[in-house]
Amino acid sequence: MKKESTLTPAYRWSVASRVAAAALGGYALTSAATVLLSLLWPAPRAQAVLWATMISFTVYTVAVIWAVHARSAGRAWAGMVAGTVLLSGIAWLLWLVEQGGGA
Amino acid sequence: MKEHLRQSMAWLHTWVGLVAGWVLFFVFVTGTAGYFQYEITRWMQPERAMEPDRPGEGAATVHMLELALQRLEQMAPVAASWRITLPHEAMAPREWRGLEIRWEEMPLPGHEWGASGSEKLDPVSGALLLAGPEPRETAGGRGLYRMHYALHYMSYDWAISIVGIATMLMLLAIVSGVITHKKIFKDFFTFRPGKGQRSWLDAHNAVSVMALPFFLMITYSGLVFFLFTYMPAGRDMLYGTGPAEQTAYYDALFERGEHKHEPIGRPAVPLVPLLAQAEAEWGAGKVASVTIERHEGEPPEILISRIPGGSLDFWNPAMLRFHAETGELLEPEPRPGGSAAKTQRVIFNLHEGLFADIWGRWLYFIAGLLGCAMIGTGLVLWSVKRRRHHLGSGREGAEHFGVRLVEALNVATIAGLPLAVATYFWANRLLPVDIADRAAWEFHCLFAVWLGSLFYAQARPLARAWVELLWGACAAYALVPVINALTTGRHLGQTLPAGDWVLAGFDLTMWALAAMFACTAIKVRRRLAPAGQAVRAAAGAMPKKGVA
Repeated sequence: MKKESTLTPAYRWSVASRVAAAALGGYALTSAATVLLSLLWPAPRAQAVLWATMISFTVYTVAVIWAVHARSAGRAWAGMVAGTVLLSGIAWLLWLVEQGGGA
Repeated sequence: MKEHLRQSMAWLHTWVGLVAGWVLFFVFVTGTAGYFQYEITRWMQPERAMEPDRPGEGAATVHMLELALQRLEQMAPVAASWRITLPHEAMAPREWRGLEIRWEEMPLPGHEWGASGSEKLDPVSGALLLAGPEPRETAGGRGLYRMHYALHYMSYDWAISIVGIATMLMLLAIVSGVITHKKIFKDFFTFRPGKGQRSWLDAHNAVSVMALPFFLMITYSGLVFFLFTYMPAGRDMLYGTGPAEQTAYYDALFERGEHKHEPIGRPAVPLVPLLAQAEAEWGAGKVASVTIERHEGEPPEILISRIPGGSLDFWNPAMLRFHAETGELLEPEPRPGGSAAKTQRVIFNLHEGLFADIWGRWLYFIAGLLGCAMIGTGLVLWSVKRRRHHLGSGREGAEHFGVRLVEALNVATIAGLPLAVATYFWANRLLPVDIADRAAWEFHCLFAVWLGSLFYAQARPLARAWVELLWGACAAYALVPVINALTTGRHLGQTLPAGDWVLAGFDLTMWALAAMFACTAIKVRRRLAPAGQAVRAAAGAMPKKGVA
């Protein structure tokens, strides 16, 4: 993000990688957050999905800003991947509990 | 740390703004016009009566209801539903609606919906109203409005994806732009005219902060319109991806069960006292329609709807529900979807602004123009910053290819697109009235001129292209009322004395836009002239500093 006097290939790659982390990693993280929020939101399921999806654009904005602000492209990727795994893991567990409770 | 955040956000702001800028400028120009889409359509159909008569204004409601019921009994004796629209000033489209009836027949076995029909009736005789003269074929204001999300010359799915990505980038640009600013309030009152890049920056800041709440609202609500296209994860993971599963989701959201009606007929109770009850609640003349229907296993009911407006839940106006056999007032049916669906509807309505009266829509229109100005100044700022760098580097003649491309696209978009939109109105008046696919040709004219302005921007020296295309846009708008006067009888000489403010307002707005482009052209010319001279001077002698 710093203004480099010369744009070295390494710098260009790190910017491209960070942009990918923000756009794709951020999207994955937002998707996971949307599913988790749909499961947690205290409303009938269909309405909860609508709430979560309306809020998802805020989540995406925050995720992208975080990725752009991260100290390095590697950290941006690590944050996105860890967040996605964590959120989808919790969502998956909740889903299992719900299915088990229903049976 | 704080400084780092500001720097990284400035970087994000710069690049998402550049990537999405041109698409967003198009979306803002066409969407802003869309706030007056019904007025534009009326201007583009000069065959329509100048002062449309208002059939049924002040007619006796008892008489009209009786005429409507008789006609409905005749047309659809066994129906799933009847609806009588009473004369009123409607909001979407904004025009007078006379006495109308609409019916849905009982569905055939195996079908969910029955055939439906509608008629416009004379409020006095009950005879079928003949349609007025068929207006010329035109895409109208709706054509401009629809392009702000469906673009043109491409599939709907592609268009809303492109517009969606651009909108998301705009949201990022707004948020990062706000974070970048240390002194957002102080900057708002800062304007340093005649200082090149700094003036562009100050203008960009002032315009952006002025309508910031509007920009945030319009951007976020734009995303919410197509939310499941952009973020399908929640719905798809919990309901499934197939069409049947998605229908199941919407059925669950809107609590739609089996759609089953029982046949209805003339209600046992007279309608007039019920209408009086509704008018007592909402005021005289506020009733829009009366619907008679019967859900399976329930008594037949009469639904009286208020004219929409005055509420942010525009498409769900107030409604009274009566038992059609006893006339007893029934509990209102809860709106399905709960607070989630209601929030979404309010977001839609904030975006569309249909609820707003004429002054409210002017406010929307001006906020939209400020949006165009924000995007335009932002795009210019990008190139001005980089161009200066190159000017000082001793390679003035050979601008970097990227910068040159951005500058050409800027001219073609910021000056060329408004010029092209003016052509759309020219085409409406100048194309032969009976040409085939006339509406499509109006669009072809718009895009041909837009493409032409891109070639022009490439071919001319940059400073000249700016000034000439801005003057071109000025002339194009200034001439719209003139061409209108030469080709139709709906010109200012007629519309002003008649007090027809929709048609007169359109022509006057064209001149206001022309004046705006003239001011911009003069300003830009002043700004670019010394720079152009300096470049020429520098090419011959010593490089000068601070010439932009």
